[in-house]
Amino acid sequence: MKKTVLFLTTGIILFSGSGLNSCKKDSISEPQEDERLGGDLTVYDFSTNAFSLPAPALGGLDELHFFVGNSFFNQNWVTAPSSTTARDGLGPLFNARNCSGCHFKDGRGTPILPGMSGTEGFLMRLSIGGTDVHGGPNPDPNYGGQLNDKSIQGVLPEAEINVSFNLISGNYPDGSAYELREPIYTISNLNYGSLDPGILFSPRVGNQMIGLGLLEAISEADIIAHADEWDLNGDEISGKPNYVWDYIENNQKIGRFGWKANQPSLKQQVAGAFLGDIGITTSLFSTENCTSPQQDCLNAANGGTPELEDEDLDKVVLYASSLAVPARRNIDNPNVIRGKELFFKVGCQSCHTYTFTTGIHPNFSHLSNQKIFPFTDLLLHDMGSGLTDHRPDYLANGNEWRTPPLWGIGLFETVNGHTYYLHDGRARNLEEAILWHGGESITVIDRFKNLPKSDRSSLIEFLKTL
Amino acid sequence: MNKIILLAIGSLLFLGSCKKKKEEEEIEAMKTACKTTYADIAYNAYKDSYDKAVEMQTAIYAFVATPTQANFDICKQAWLDAREPYGQTEVFRFSDGPIDDANGPEGMINAWPLDESYVDYVQGASNSGIINNTSITIDATTLESLNEVGGEENISVGYHAIEFLLWGQDNSAPSAELPGQRSYLDYDLSTPSNPNPDRRGQYLKVCADLLVQHLAELKDEWATNGSYRSYFINLDNDLALQKMLSGMGILSKAELAGERMFVALDNSDQEDEHSCFSDNTHRDIILNAKGIQNVYLGSYTTVSGTVISGTSISDLMEKLDSDLNNTMISYLSNAQSYCEAIPSPFDLAIMNESVGGNGPIMTAILQLQNNGNKIAEVAHAIGITISTDLPG
Repeated sequence: MKKTVLFLTTGIILFSGSGLNSCKKDSISEPQEDERLGGDLTVYDFSTNAFSLPAPALGGLDELHFFVGNSFFNQNWVTAPSSTTARDGLGPLFNARNCSGCHFKDGRGTPILPGMSGTEGFLMRLSIGGTDVHGGPNPDPNYGGQLNDKSIQGVLPEAEINVSFNLISGNYPDGSAYELREPIYTISNLNYGSLDPGILFSPRVGNQMIGLGLLEAISEADIIAHADEWDLNGDEISGKPNYVWDYIENNQKIGRFGWKANQPSLKQQVAGAFLGDIGITTSLFSTENCTSPQQDCLNAANGGTPELEDEDLDKVVLYASSLAVPARRNIDNPNVIRGKELFFKVGCQSCHTYTFTTGIHPNFSHLSNQKIFPFTDLLLHDMGSGLTDHRPDYLANGNEWRTPPLWGIGLFETVNGHTYYLHDGRARNLEEAILWHGGESITVIDRFKNLPKSDRSSLIEFLKTL
Repeated sequence: MNKIILLAIGSLLFLGSCKKKKEEEEIEAMKTACKTTYADIAYNAYKDSYDKAVEMQTAIYAFVATPTQANFDICKQAWLDAREPYGQTEVFRFSDGPIDDANGPEGMINAWPLDESYVDYVQGASNSGIINNTSITIDATTLESLNEVGGEENISVGYHAIEFLLWGQDNSAPSAELPGQRSYLDYDLSTPSNPNPDRRGQYLKVCADLLVQHLAELKDEWATNGSYRSYFINLDNDLALQKMLSGMGILSKAELAGERMFVALDNSDQEDEHSCFSDNTHRDIILNAKGIQNVYLGSYTTVSGTVISGTSISDLMEKLDSDLNNTMISYLSNAQSYCEAIPSPFDLAIMNESVGGNGPIMTAILQLQNNGNKIAEVAHAIGITISTDLPG
């Protein structure tokens, strides 16, 4: 029923707008098929719960297992020892008490803002010069690979993080003004000695959880087909796969997840976040992240070995793999249609890849063979000095970031009550997020800046339908 | 001749549309009445919860002033009694109502799991918790702010904090069929069984005060002329029904069947259950299921035995789709009996049953899951769409 209605309205819009659209039609194949951004994992709930729904195909025992995953994602971890032995072992040092602390309602974390006491979905990665044995970031000897600004009773937190902003003014070629905020972070109240003199920081906010299983199901060959590390095709856009250490298979794998594509699989991403962010050990990462000066941390009780059992880890992975993608809204609006044409005309899709068809997912059949519209190539691109964190992460240098998927970006306001974008949430809206793009995207962004004002806003209107 | 036929057809059509219009009006009137019934049940269930919490608060104050075994037992019984109406209010969650909207007090009332060693000593950490950290002042303001350290909840108040302070950790084997064995001497100032009995008593009293205060807010929201009640009664009928059915569906399938029962069964971890200190989880389950049935049938029996009833979703469905209504009624009744058939204590029951079989817990889980799907069908028959998935 729904499909028929959509088809009809689509037809009418195309027909009535044909004078406007016909000349650009070839840039977009099958214009409105992309309403179902996540293929069969598309849902039509645009409420605050839009990111929290399971793949419609999940039923019976799978659905119940999804709820188990949901439970371990949402419920607080508590201090060990506790009666609730399945849920104790928090910290001793941590950034959040549960996954949803940073992925509230499975959405985007809140960046740190001036005057805020504590963080809610924001963290700071740390490293020093050189690499670890697998070519990844080299942790600080006193503070490890990530600053934990919270702790259980009897253990001091590592430090406090604060931010202030430098305002940068600019103008479009048509004279209209814009303003960007450049964050300046300060670390204070260091409780475990000084940071290494060569310390490198990378600020991050929690990513939305939707469609992650689909991204995992894209075949490696399909990702590499978009790579052009040395820009041999001369379009100024490179696209470089990150190769990272796979702690499950003990070899190098293509990275897919995280702001720097530094995690090869969802399971490793989930286990890494449990340890780094909440202080929960798994069979994959079984050592609490306490450094040698952190004796209280080392001496604190743990919640079992490991704290999150394998079966439960697998259910959190099922959960993280199966969150559906909300459909596009408002697709027939003429401004949106115009904005979508401009998205392609300007060249955004050269990194924000329009569509993939997933391969066969090894564990979850509901993720296989789906035509999806993630608007990412999962590759690294040089974003210029404006966005650099100066911190290498496997093959990614400081300027390089993974193209983030754009699905869901129009719903952050509904789900998370804010419109902060980019890896550290510095952009206050989509326009600022576009304007921060530099490096190899400079030509594309110049094309955007040179658009008439109404076209610029049409393009943003299109992004809001994702 | 033709004219006559046309006239006849015309008047038939007119009569037909008239009849249809009248039916539509009747249905709308029933939907409007459903809103009032729902609000009446919410008010009375919260009022009962409030009254029983006040009784418990009185018992707790008396006990802390005179810590005896008899007074301690009165407190525990008062806690168990207070859970009876509260369990039936949980169907009012998951519908953007005052209990758990953005500023709702749910996290202060019934959050779980409790961070025990954040509150008091536990086995293996004899000096832990706010109670044993004499640098922290124990009052309502402090406990409320500590409950949300770092902008997210760190659960240290509410029913389960009181439960922990009355029963203590349940450290016996499930087969012993015993709840937590905290001694009343934990509160005795002259011969305390553990340090800081005065601070423990203070903590217990503040938790009771906070609970009473939050339940009073909810009762007032739903009272005649209460702010949420007025908003709710004036809501578009279908939007209001969507809220009612969402709460029912999500509680049945995602929260109760999924989070509270299946997760516990799947983990087979003794205390992965909501009322783990008092071993009262079996009642929580029955009462949650009962709350769903109450709303569907438009009837709530108060603690004092008065029946609050009115036009129900079931009445509306009888008009729209009698077969579906009958199925829904029997599903709800099955769920009720299956929940009641789960052996108590729940911590022993989860150890004795395997996942995916046809044991009593799994049977109840599957029925509650089916009920969630059936509630979505009911919503569809009314012409609305609901999601029965747990809000993240």
